[in-house]
Amino acid sequence: MQRLLLGLVTLVVVSIIIFTAVNLLPGDFAQAILGQGATEEAIAGIREQLGLNQSPVTRYFQWLSGVLQGDLGVPLSQAMMQSFSGASTGGNVITVAEQIGPRLSNTLFLAGVSAAIAVPLSITLGVLTALYRNTAFDKAMNISTLSAISSPEFFLAYILILFLAVLNPIFPSLSNIFPGMEFSERLNKTMLPALTLTLAVTAQMMRMTRAALINLLAAPYIEMARLKGLSPMRVIVKHALPNAMAPIITVVALNLAYLVTGVVVVEVVFVYPGIGQLFVDSVKTRDIPVVQACCLIFAAVYILLNLTADILSILSNPRLRHPK
Amino acid sequence: MSTVFGAINAALDAVVTAIFSGLGLLVPAVYAAQPFWIRALIALAAIGVAGWMFRKIGQVLSKNRPYFRDMTFGVAYGFAFAVWALGATAHLFFIVENPFFRWAIQLLIVFAIAAFLFRLLGRGVGTTGSRKLFRGMPLTAAFGILIILIYAFVAIFAAAIAPYGQEQVLANANIVPGGNPATGGDPAYPLGTDQIGRDILSRLIFGAQNTVGIAFVTTCLAFFLGGSLGFLAATLGGWLDQLLSRIVDALMAIPALIFALLLMTIATAYAQGERTQVTLYMILIIAVIDSTRVFRLSRAVGQSIVVMDYIEAARLRGEGLGYLVFREMLPNAYAPLLAEFGLRFCFVFLTIASLSFLGVGIQPPFADWGTMVRDLSQFINFAAFAPNVAVTPLLAAGAIALLTVAVNFVVDWMLHRSSGLKE
Repeated sequence: MQRLLLGLVTLVVVSIIIFTAVNLLPGDFAQAILGQGATEEAIAGIREQLGLNQSPVTRYFQWLSGVLQGDLGVPLSQAMMQSFSGASTGGNVITVAEQIGPRLSNTLFLAGVSAAIAVPLSITLGVLTALYRNTAFDKAMNISTLSAISSPEFFLAYILILFLAVLNPIFPSLSNIFPGMEFSERLNKTMLPALTLTLAVTAQMMRMTRAALINLLAAPYIEMARLKGLSPMRVIVKHALPNAMAPIITVVALNLAYLVTGVVVVEVVFVYPGIGQLFVDSVKTRDIPVVQACCLIFAAVYILLNLTADILSILSNPRLRHPK
Repeated sequence: MSTVFGAINAALDAVVTAIFSGLGLLVPAVYAAQPFWIRALIALAAIGVAGWMFRKIGQVLSKNRPYFRDMTFGVAYGFAFAVWALGATAHLFFIVENPFFRWAIQLLIVFAIAAFLFRLLGRGVGTTGSRKLFRGMPLTAAFGILIILIYAFVAIFAAAIAPYGQEQVLANANIVPGGNPATGGDPAYPLGTDQIGRDILSRLIFGAQNTVGIAFVTTCLAFFLGGSLGFLAATLGGWLDQLLSRIVDALMAIPALIFALLLMTIATAYAQGERTQVTLYMILIIAVIDSTRVFRLSRAVGQSIVVMDYIEAARLRGEGLGYLVFREMLPNAYAPLLAEFGLRFCFVFLTIASLSFLGVGIQPPFADWGTMVRDLSQFINFAAFAPNVAVTPLLAAGAIALLTVAVNFVVDWMLHRSSGLKE
């Protein structure tokens, strides 16, 4: 309960930080965006549109209450179009929420596919490297995972494109996803970005699983299980793994949080229509309402997953579940 | 020299071709007609059968020696898998002759030999201390140190090494790498030129100076900021500690790359198109974001040192805060902070490369690897018929990856040494 409250407080603080950061823009950002040559009417129009003529505190609470009701505002590009074309015609305005909605579900789909591959893979590999520790297999895995962690995502992405899309056309290198697509085709087009993300996060999870298991191997009950004559596989899977669950769950949740932010670069490489690509495009065009909204969503998911990690690690440990 | 290599290559080629053409007869045509994932499943099952047979044959031939008798199926599978992996490597190298794969393997062999020679050199030359250091060093760490030294050398003497200027637009654009006129290359530009006629080799070399230099400066700044505040919080405690820790908690709740992108939006608005200024703001922004992580670590390390008896003694002697931090705490926090410096450097370096790749990082007057990857990325689609052209974006991206891998290898070894973990 205390942790939930703490998470909520963090979220509020983060929203304040994001809001303040955006309002640090020189002068008034209607002018900053339109540039020096803008007419007074255009600037006034945008100010009106965005409610810039109120105090920052009022605007913050307006923004916050809007966000809570699912209203993220109007993108600057739309606001500009309106102010240039005269009065607000309503009707054909695309709000930020409408722009983000389908993209967010695309991004979550991508993150979900990557997690569905990465989590079982990394735990299996972690168990195997713990089982066959200090063998050639373990060392080869150590070197290759260390290399995968330290390579930039776009390098991994281009290597995968090179081998799996250009030289051996197994998967398409562009993920042009649109609504109403068949699931299998969508999966096929998501495969390369998902594999890139898998490569990026598997290493970390695998290394933590291995470390957590090896830490436990010196415990007396493992010794006991070995002396009873159990097979090494059974000792690890039945006796060590349940006790190593807390650190493993934490690292899995942290890496899922990383997945959600790591999508930015990967989505740009594969032109995947997700929220990360929208974010980067808005950063380049300085579309502040969209940047603000995307940033808030990323931060919220990140905080939520961190919170989940905390709660799950408590739930998985009986000693923490029933404090004395 | 090259004739010797040629002879070895030809001999290996003949042997491998013979083996694989023999094996090719064993594979039924039905298998080749299946889709990719069915073939992968069949291959995995076949490896399993091979592993089982290997163990069985071993048991029979060695008359049930304990090694084969007690071998688990996993180990047997591992042996069969290793044989398959070697075979697949040889197949790709000699039969398919995939140029990218060949280059990667050749590069790997060259690096392994270079690292081995470097370690040998380190063991023979130098003071007793450095020799001792090299004796217990794994090959990966020697490789890492060698790569870091090479990068440092290239970065420092970039202006002297590079044949052309980083922004010099030459008369010939789109020259193919390789320097062979028959395939559209030019010996004057060994790695070719890009779309608007800038020499790629020179840009790669200057990229070492800009990208690595900027990342290094940023990391130092982050360490100065985070480290000093962290130690201060640990020694003074009280409300300052609380305040700084809460601020850092709040800043760390926003994912680093997202926060950096948000702040870069504002910074570009401030800079009003001044490109050098954007780069300067980027250094500051990333330094501040990363100093929160440094703060966490240095505070934790500092707190475990502050309760030591020798700090108590120094306090009772009446030493000042500066003496406490620099003469008593810093020397004892040296090992974890150095390892953190390596990891932080990798992280900063990757963040800068990602920002530049996304187009909001280091700006055009400077050549930089992230921007180069983005500019050249289209060439990768020519891989099937012009491998020389497709390799250019990978060169810049590979240069980034190589350095971070090298630093990580060294840090991994340092952590292993200082923790004394033997398992």
